[in-house]
Amino acid sequence: MSAWLRQHRQALGSALRRLGVLNAVVIGVALSLPAGGYALLDSLRGVAGRLALDTQLSVFLHPEAKRAEAEALGKLLRADGRILRVRFVPRDEALKDLAAVQGMPEVIEALGRNPLPDAFVVTSEPRSLEALAADLARLPPVAHVQADAAWARRLAALAAIGRLAVWLLSALLGIGLVAVTFNTIRLQILTQRDEIEVSKLIGATDAFIRRPFYYLGLLQGVVGGAVALAIVAAGLWGLNQEVAVLAQSYGARFSFTFLSPGDASAVVLFAGVLGWLGAQLSVARHLREIEPR
Amino acid sequence: MVSFSAVAKRYPGGQEALKSVSFSLEPGELAFLTGRSGAGKSTLLKLIPAIERPSAGSVIVNGQNVAALKRGAIPYLRRNIGLVFQDQKLLYDRSVFDNVMLPLAFSGQAPREAARRARAALDKVGLLARERSNPIQLSGGEQQRVAIARAVVNRPALLIADEPTANLDAESAARVLEIFVAFNQVGVTVLLATHDQALVECYGKRRLHLEAGRIE
Repeated sequence: MSAWLRQHRQALGSALRRLGVLNAVVIGVALSLPAGGYALLDSLRGVAGRLALDTQLSVFLHPEAKRAEAEALGKLLRADGRILRVRFVPRDEALKDLAAVQGMPEVIEALGRNPLPDAFVVTSEPRSLEALAADLARLPPVAHVQADAAWARRLAALAAIGRLAVWLLSALLGIGLVAVTFNTIRLQILTQRDEIEVSKLIGATDAFIRRPFYYLGLLQGVVGGAVALAIVAAGLWGLNQEVAVLAQSYGARFSFTFLSPGDASAVVLFAGVLGWLGAQLSVARHLREIEPR
Repeated sequence: MVSFSAVAKRYPGGQEALKSVSFSLEPGELAFLTGRSGAGKSTLLKLIPAIERPSAGSVIVNGQNVAALKRGAIPYLRRNIGLVFQDQKLLYDRSVFDNVMLPLAFSGQAPREAARRARAALDKVGLLARERSNPIQLSGGEQQRVAIARAVVNRPALLIADEPTANLDAESAARVLEIFVAFNQVGVTVLLATHDQALVECYGKRRLHLEAGRIE
């Protein structure tokens, strides 16, 4: 094994011995807030995406409109440049969909006939949605155009605010993480003052002296990030127990999902980099003060 | 090995520790640096491993001008110089053995070879049996011998000691001095600062006397 590798292993070992559990927990708790917030928002966005309401219009025809009229309208819609996608939902199919919902077959039975009209589901650019809805409502076979965009937009706006809050929280707690590491390393340098001074006297390079502190900062951040993930996982698990009961009472199925592997590694990486940065700042500031005399 | 020419050292605040010091030390030589307390002995010794920089003049060690050395080159200079201090500067959070191992960690020695060298150094100062002890459990003379073992473990060509016997009783002091003489006999250049004139005279070696910032 080369001397260089051996020195790095030594520095890592020394950092591991000095790693404080409490510091890692403090960092973990702080990071669990933005990481958890992100996981919640991500799960909600999954739901919003499934509903796909933000850019869709439902165009209902008059119940007595003929199939030929519907086909003519379909051609018209497909020719419109503002429209990205058109899906025709025949009334029979709509009834079948409805019948799949719990409790509905009885209701349909009671009606005795299909009360649903033919419909088109139209996807367009979000910007032209309002104008398009107004235009479509004026066409002869169209009875009603429903733009479910209003509340979807409100939800999206709320989610955007939530995302902004998560980012702000991340930034603030990231600065906190750097500060915590800065201070830990400062204290560590003070406790090892004698060792550092003697090492400098007998020929240790600056790089050799700094290395364990860099590793300490990095490790503290990484362990803190892992603690944050554990807290988020435990929190979501607890939350999901309750959410499942609530969702079931609505006949729905929903649960908050944990961060994707990519996001989870990003949290750990982010924490590690910030820890390293804190160590770097602290070492640059405090190691210079220790010069043998 | 070591050569001072017209070296002056003024500390910030105007205090002049050395006025004009010139001398040179041949390889394999053993010399005593004498003078009253405060005559500048420590300052002179600190110039050699670049703990202090001269205000004027040149300090040549092993053919290198220490005064002009870049900061990054200083550790490599120090690895070739064994330093022994009046207060041994041992680390009390680890064993005698680990104290002696410290300089070997920087130079990236293989662990087995490093341990072998550390034991050899401890053996030379007669403390191999105490390798597992904490330095705090050792007497002053023994601690000074541990410091010597640490200074020589990298096999430096030059050994510098600042009042290594100042805090020791006569018997321990004689034992410590004998160790320095023994290293000198195998070719190590030794420069020893002391204010104990009697000690110097009984060895009959070269003497550099520092007075009023000059060497007589």
